[in-house]
Amino acid sequence: MKWIEAEGNTVDEAVSLALQKLGVDRSRVDVEVLDPGSRGFLGILRSRQARVRVSVRETPETVIREFLETLLKEMGMEADLEITSHGEYWSAAFSGPDVRFLIGRRGDTLNALQLLVNLVVNKKLTEKVRIILDAEGYRQRREETLRRLARRLSEKVRKTKKDIALEPMTPQERRVIHMELQEDPWVYTVSKGEEPHRKVVICLKR
Amino acid sequence: MRELIEFLAKSLVDDPDAVEVNQIEGEKSVIVELKVASEDMGKVIGKQGKIAKAIRTIAKAAGAKAGKKVIVEIIS
Repeated sequence: MKWIEAEGNTVDEAVSLALQKLGVDRSRVDVEVLDPGSRGFLGILRSRQARVRVSVRETPETVIREFLETLLKEMGMEADLEITSHGEYWSAAFSGPDVRFLIGRRGDTLNALQLLVNLVVNKKLTEKVRIILDAEGYRQRREETLRRLARRLSEKVRKTKKDIALEPMTPQERRVIHMELQEDPWVYTVSKGEEPHRKVVICLKR
Repeated sequence: MRELIEFLAKSLVDDPDAVEVNQIEGEKSVIVELKVASEDMGKVIGKQGKIAKAIRTIAKAAGAKAGKKVIVEIIS
């Protein structure tokens, strides 16, 4: 958990100083008064500064952000991060000059980052959250590419009357192919092989 | 690269104090050796090496930007 200690003439002053340093507003923190301070009295008693400990309350968003921002820094990547809640899942989207490195070949870096952010965030939080990572609309583009590929290959299967096995894909990607061809009158699809080499095979209906 | 692997490993394991990372720097490549508590091996390897593969993929991406080949070795 992220927290800092701060001092001020009064408790309120110490809290505002801490909030400024943390860059968050009052509603997102817990405050513990370590010393309420004292004003002193006619120069006989010395005045004491108020001391507080201010901690940022952990929400899925703060935990996701903290992990991904540190990770970006350690990877030497320059990218902005936008985190959004969609009810049953969270999305975190990268944008900026280094997204091509963050996506990787056929999204393999993005998928690796997605696996780890899910593991680490769920280790820290008590509630279970699901996080989907994206970078400059990559997921949407990839889905469209897969749909086109599915249609093109189903055509080929129909013409050549030979089944076609696609390259290994993630469960989400395989799902796109299955969905795209489920109504196709000429072909049907099955998944074969073991993860992570599991692939879709497009077969001719006989 | 050492800090990256150390950060990832410490985020994944139950015993972050036992994480040890060693870096051997070559001209065009970097070898990073990762050691974790034996009870935490599963946390950095995963089923069918899924987590280890993800760590290597991320290290490779960081290396690609830095212009270096990165090899991550998990030592038991």
